[in-house]
Amino acid sequence: MKKELILALRFTLVTTLVFGLVYPLCMTGLSQLIFPKQAAGSLIEKDGRILGSRLIGQSFTSEKYFHSRPSAAGTGYDAGASSGSNLAPTNQALVDRVKSDVAKLQQENPGAAIPADLVTASGSGLDPEISPAAADFQIPRIAKARGLSADRLRTLIARHTEGRSIGIFGEPRVNVLELNLDLDSLK
Amino acid sequence: MTGNGWFQIFLFFCLVLALTRPLGNFLYRVYERKPTFLDRVLRPVERLIYRICGIDDTKEMDWKGYGFSMLLFSGVSLLLLYLIERTQQWLPWNPQKLPNLAPDLAWNTAVSFTTNTNWQSYVPESTMSYFTQMAGLAYHNFTSAAVGMALAIAVIRGVARKESKTIGNFWVDTTRSMLWILLPLCVILGLALVSQGVVQNLTPYTQANLVEPQTIEKQAADGTKSEDTVTTQVIAQGPVASQEAIKMLGTNGGGFFNANSAHPFENPTPVSNLLEMLMIFAIPSALTYTLGRMTGSAKHGWAVWSAMAGLFLTGVIVAYATESRGNPMLKGVNTTASETQAGGNMEGKEVRFGIANSALFTTVTTDASCGAVNNAHDSLTPIAGMVPLINIMLGEIVFGGVGSGLYGMIVFVILAVFIAGLMVGRTPEYLGKKIEAFDVKMAVLSILVSSLTILIFAAIAIVTKAGLAGISNPGPHGLSQILYAYTSSAGNNGSAFAGINANTLWYNSTLAVAMLLGRFFAVIPVLAIAGNLAAKKQVPESLGTFPVTGPLFTVLLISVIVIVGALTFFPSLSLGPILEHLLMNAGKAF
Repeated sequence: MKKELILALRFTLVTTLVFGLVYPLCMTGLSQLIFPKQAAGSLIEKDGRILGSRLIGQSFTSEKYFHSRPSAAGTGYDAGASSGSNLAPTNQALVDRVKSDVAKLQQENPGAAIPADLVTASGSGLDPEISPAAADFQIPRIAKARGLSADRLRTLIARHTEGRSIGIFGEPRVNVLELNLDLDSLK
Repeated sequence: MTGNGWFQIFLFFCLVLALTRPLGNFLYRVYERKPTFLDRVLRPVERLIYRICGIDDTKEMDWKGYGFSMLLFSGVSLLLLYLIERTQQWLPWNPQKLPNLAPDLAWNTAVSFTTNTNWQSYVPESTMSYFTQMAGLAYHNFTSAAVGMALAIAVIRGVARKESKTIGNFWVDTTRSMLWILLPLCVILGLALVSQGVVQNLTPYTQANLVEPQTIEKQAADGTKSEDTVTTQVIAQGPVASQEAIKMLGTNGGGFFNANSAHPFENPTPVSNLLEMLMIFAIPSALTYTLGRMTGSAKHGWAVWSAMAGLFLTGVIVAYATESRGNPMLKGVNTTASETQAGGNMEGKEVRFGIANSALFTTVTTDASCGAVNNAHDSLTPIAGMVPLINIMLGEIVFGGVGSGLYGMIVFVILAVFIAGLMVGRTPEYLGKKIEAFDVKMAVLSILVSSLTILIFAAIAIVTKAGLAGISNPGPHGLSQILYAYTSSAGNNGSAFAGINANTLWYNSTLAVAMLLGRFFAVIPVLAIAGNLAAKKQVPESLGTFPVTGPLFTVLLISVIVIVGALTFFPSLSLGPILEHLLMNAGKAF
């Protein structure tokens, strides 16, 4: 019994060293050597300031920007507290939230169909992307606020639309942060 | 539903099938200690570990010795994790200066990671230091997976051997699982995940300057409201990829971040998503081939695989079909899938995954006892939410957890041949071994433990204040939340209807008990069967032997699994998800 216990103790310590420390530290070194940008979080920098990560969504509320999806992470897109809304489909709070968002969006672009992702919160609360349909839906508002033509915005969205991986996997999508940064640089 | 969606699911299925034989063969070589191409690098490491620990790798154990070593190692490593959690503020790699964990949370988490459950009552990015994540949690992802694989191999040996007292050496099987199988795959796949954008660093959380500062309404404790301008975004970082790889490969499922595999730093692209799903199924699926190879009946291995595949496909079809329909309670929303949007029920889902990849991930992660999630299960439409519940209730045997899936399935195989034997009036046999009263008693005991754990705890929770306090979604969904919590912990899955507030003394302690019962109480009877079978004589096959190969056996096996599951759980499911589905269609919200 005592011999087995000492064995178990030694085995725990040795394997903790190998799999709990050597492995992750080597992986950290290797990743920073081979994929330094990805390993650091795919950060977007401008003039030495970090503006965010292309993988982490941000809140946009001004009329001049493309809006991200609703977020349940903290007070919205809190990248230190990722979370979905965890509202059940039959929860009145969900029904009410979507109802009020739908009413707002209908005023903004009357008559157009509202894409599902534009009024639903993502699982992470940090979804960096919206569907191409959700980007198209916002064109009239932004065109008016910025005095840009709808066609120019359409071209911009097309440039930022990422298709399925190898044409098969995932869904087409538009990165909101990158789209808005490009929008700001339009003259 | 779209043609592309079905095609993605079909391709995933083909890839799993294609991996089964080569990986299964490799596992066979590793456990039978035959030469492999990795020996030159790994043999010296293996020998060194044995020498330091004082392991005699030539000595084999009987089932009691094997089980005793397993319990001892699990106990010791559990205590070390508890210690790390309770002292993390004084340990290195804690750039966010996170405090020590409270005793009940530390205990729940230590149990959770030791039992391969990875139930998480906490928000990792604001609770766990990098050191705790690496040396505590990711480490247990390795060991709990390796222990599961070792147990499965020991049980296979029990079936395969004749008149043998021993079923292998626990320390050797565990070491070889970690060194030959988990470690090399983790290094390659971990780097592949980094290439997609999964982070891997030890730096403090990043401060980003928001492109558009936000005004946020705050409410103070005395009820007065004030406005606050937020100009920065704090982005959580960490050694994620190294943990993500073993989290999927070992069917552990404990997220580095709260949102788990929905978080863009854990699962940034459809490619990483595909890799992660394949990693969940790879080893459990391959082990069926190893079963066939070690018992000398490749056809039996494939018959078991087919039963698993049948149950998996049924689940994914139901989940994808119901989620595509969307939530009828949400008016004025376009949920029709097209080339420019995924449509369907997008609450709790990421745009990059859409409906098909979310429904597929949900099915895969709960068929296997992984429990990682790439979408919020709590927000699934009721019938789609019932798919993961049923998957776990059936005993995590649809491919299942690494190792635990296979030995769980062997219990059902024994039950199936027993029932077939009753029908034709002959002593049941399993690959030349007579199945007798002791084996059947142990099999039933193993199945009963987790069913009883789930139903009794859930029943207590719904009549006590402490239990009801956890509910975040009212109506029938509240019952589903409680049912899911105990099902997930007893099944060692670890996913959740995550709205439930489980970081309370009641849930932390009862869920920990459920996890321990679901892991250790369920496996001891299985080891006893293995020991008993190993000692038996081989009886030659006769005309009256019910074959454990072919479609007839596969159908019988599926039927036994479904009937046992349905008889046990149908009443509770009808009051939870089924009732919610009917009320949702009637337009009733809570």
